[in-house]
Amino acid sequence: MRKLVKGNMTTTLDQLYESKRAKVIDVQGGQGIRQRLGQMGIHPGDTITILRYGALRGPILIELHGSQVALGRGIASRIIVEEVE
Amino acid sequence: MKIVLAGQPNCGKSTLYNSIAGYKAITSNFPGTTVKFTETRTHILGYTCNCIDLPGTYSLTAGDAAELEARRYLLSGEVDVIINVVDASLLCRSLELTLQLLELEVPMVLCLNMMDEAQRKGVQIDIQKLSNLLGIPAIPTIATTGKGLKELFVEVLKVYEEKRKGKTLKFSKDIEAIIDQFTSQLKSEWLIEEKVTFRFLAIKLLENDQFFINEIKQSGDHLSQAKLFQERLEQIHGVPSDEVISSERHALAMKLFEQVSTVIHPPKKDIRIAIDHWVMHKFFGYLILAAIFYGFFNFIFGIGGYIEEPLMELFNQWIGGLEEVFGKGSLALFLSKGVLQGIAGGIAIVLPYLVPFLIGLSILEDIGYLPRVAFLMDVFMHRIGLHGKSIIPLILGYGCSVPAVMATRILEFPQHRFIVSILTTMIPCAARITIIFALVAFFISPNAALAVFALNILVVAVSGKILSTFYPEASNLGLILEIPAYQFPVLRNTLKKSWYRIREFIVIAWPILIAGSALLALMEYGGVEKYIDWFISPLTHLLGLPVSVGTTLIFGLLRKELSMIMLTQALGTTQVLTVMTKTQIMVFTIFVTFYIPCLATIAALWREIGKKGALLAILFTLSVAIILALFTHIFLGIIL
Repeated sequence: MRKLVKGNMTTTLDQLYESKRAKVIDVQGGQGIRQRLGQMGIHPGDTITILRYGALRGPILIELHGSQVALGRGIASRIIVEEVE
Repeated sequence: MKIVLAGQPNCGKSTLYNSIAGYKAITSNFPGTTVKFTETRTHILGYTCNCIDLPGTYSLTAGDAAELEARRYLLSGEVDVIINVVDASLLCRSLELTLQLLELEVPMVLCLNMMDEAQRKGVQIDIQKLSNLLGIPAIPTIATTGKGLKELFVEVLKVYEEKRKGKTLKFSKDIEAIIDQFTSQLKSEWLIEEKVTFRFLAIKLLENDQFFINEIKQSGDHLSQAKLFQERLEQIHGVPSDEVISSERHALAMKLFEQVSTVIHPPKKDIRIAIDHWVMHKFFGYLILAAIFYGFFNFIFGIGGYIEEPLMELFNQWIGGLEEVFGKGSLALFLSKGVLQGIAGGIAIVLPYLVPFLIGLSILEDIGYLPRVAFLMDVFMHRIGLHGKSIIPLILGYGCSVPAVMATRILEFPQHRFIVSILTTMIPCAARITIIFALVAFFISPNAALAVFALNILVVAVSGKILSTFYPEASNLGLILEIPAYQFPVLRNTLKKSWYRIREFIVIAWPILIAGSALLALMEYGGVEKYIDWFISPLTHLLGLPVSVGTTLIFGLLRKELSMIMLTQALGTTQVLTVMTKTQIMVFTIFVTFYIPCLATIAALWREIGKKGALLAILFTLSVAIILALFTHIFLGIIL
């Protein structure tokens, strides 16, 4: 059962809806993926806004620190986030 | 004095470089336009200096091949001053690279570029404070208009004369303690070739940077020491050591950003967001994509066809008139005819299509549309074992295969680079587009030309699928691509870029065209051409082409345009339809579109994917060309 405690639900980035905001909790994966995401300014603790989804399970467009980044679903599913209001 | 421009991708380094060097580096609005460094010698206030434009790099942790190139240069120890160009509208993220550059302890100036964009976003930066905190001068600029560049270089000279280095900002105490201990242990002996500071090396080793880890591998002691310190960091923070350092740096950058910037007003309602709503839409995005490329096609054909026709008539009159002047069968007639046909080919056939094409491509690049195409096409590129970023080299391939092959450096995996390099050579470059337009669209119909392009895309996709089966999934890591904000193309820069590319045709290709045309005329006069035609006749027979086009295919290996110009020369007329059927024109065009890349492209392939790769590309494209041309020959033979 899903816990209904506000601000305590973690999920993966690809599970959120468009225009939701989420805080990065963790990035699951090796040094390679951590580095590539870190270079784009995606670190645990950062807040991401989901802008849109591509068609047919295409990439996800997110915004953070004022820049827009497209992420494939595979990568997005490795980013553990917590939805923020 | 050696000055390097370093910064994150798409922050305007090349634009800045061009304003120093004259137009010498291609600029666009997508990350990774520059993939290798360009150098120029220039004079600034009495100093002679070498100015180097490096590929953009998000961090000093090496990623793709282009970033490696930038990093190698920065670590070489030969740099006198670094100009760290940052996109002021993305200051927070950009500062992470700035902090890493400061760790190099080289005299440095911060260039806050795109100040206009930052203002639009409502971000105000306390430049003096930022400069004080970092210990280096910070200069606001707008490179597209040249604003602030003079002040920038005054500061560059100042820091050079004073050898003034910035501050290295300190991490948290416990981390600094570990760095200190490690640094003092490293100081006992120097292990690596790079001329970096001990502190820099210690940090890189703590970050588990593969490059430096490999460098110290010979010395087992140091490696185990590094591992020991890494473990200690991990124990304290509970996350891998590389994450500890990168999170620290990120926190430092955020803190700096908060200290120096204030949001004075919420970002003005940006029409660009509304545009993206449609351009990147799940459904309309693809319609717009199709419409843009269809419109683009019609634009080129419209202008090109309009100019080609009267010019061709004029040249045909002149060529016809030559016979009266020189007399039938004379050497002079052959030679002058050859030269004139070469000139005519350039002016009447190539340039009318090349100029609008290159201007159009430049505009698409400068607006920032290409990353959006990558976003839209990602899902389809996955079907052929690649991802969205690969579409950028492929689109550039419509311009020229050489930069397209080089642009594959923005891809992370060697496997992708290999496949995309070969695929880009199959995309019709401007020269081959000219052939498609001037032969198929002009003599058959514009729709037939569209069909050639559609067939081409299909074949490239299928080829991608075939090639990727040889290379099992390189990694399940998918697309990570920055989507830059749209920029209004600065007309002057767009025109300069187009001119830069057109000049390449006029200066290098055209003379070869004229010489080639004259040579072919001489060969015809001497009867040598027949032997070459005879040699290639098995192929021309197989495809049902006139035997006399054989030689033109050989010339096409030098420059693709030559096949076209030589065709009219070899057939002895520009009225191609009088000697070739429509089927033959189609077969010829399809063969020329796909077969062996031109010499310059082969050289680029050799550099990028090795001798074997280049050889494979030759064999692969040749077989594809023969199969497709044969298929076209048979298919059109049945239906027409």
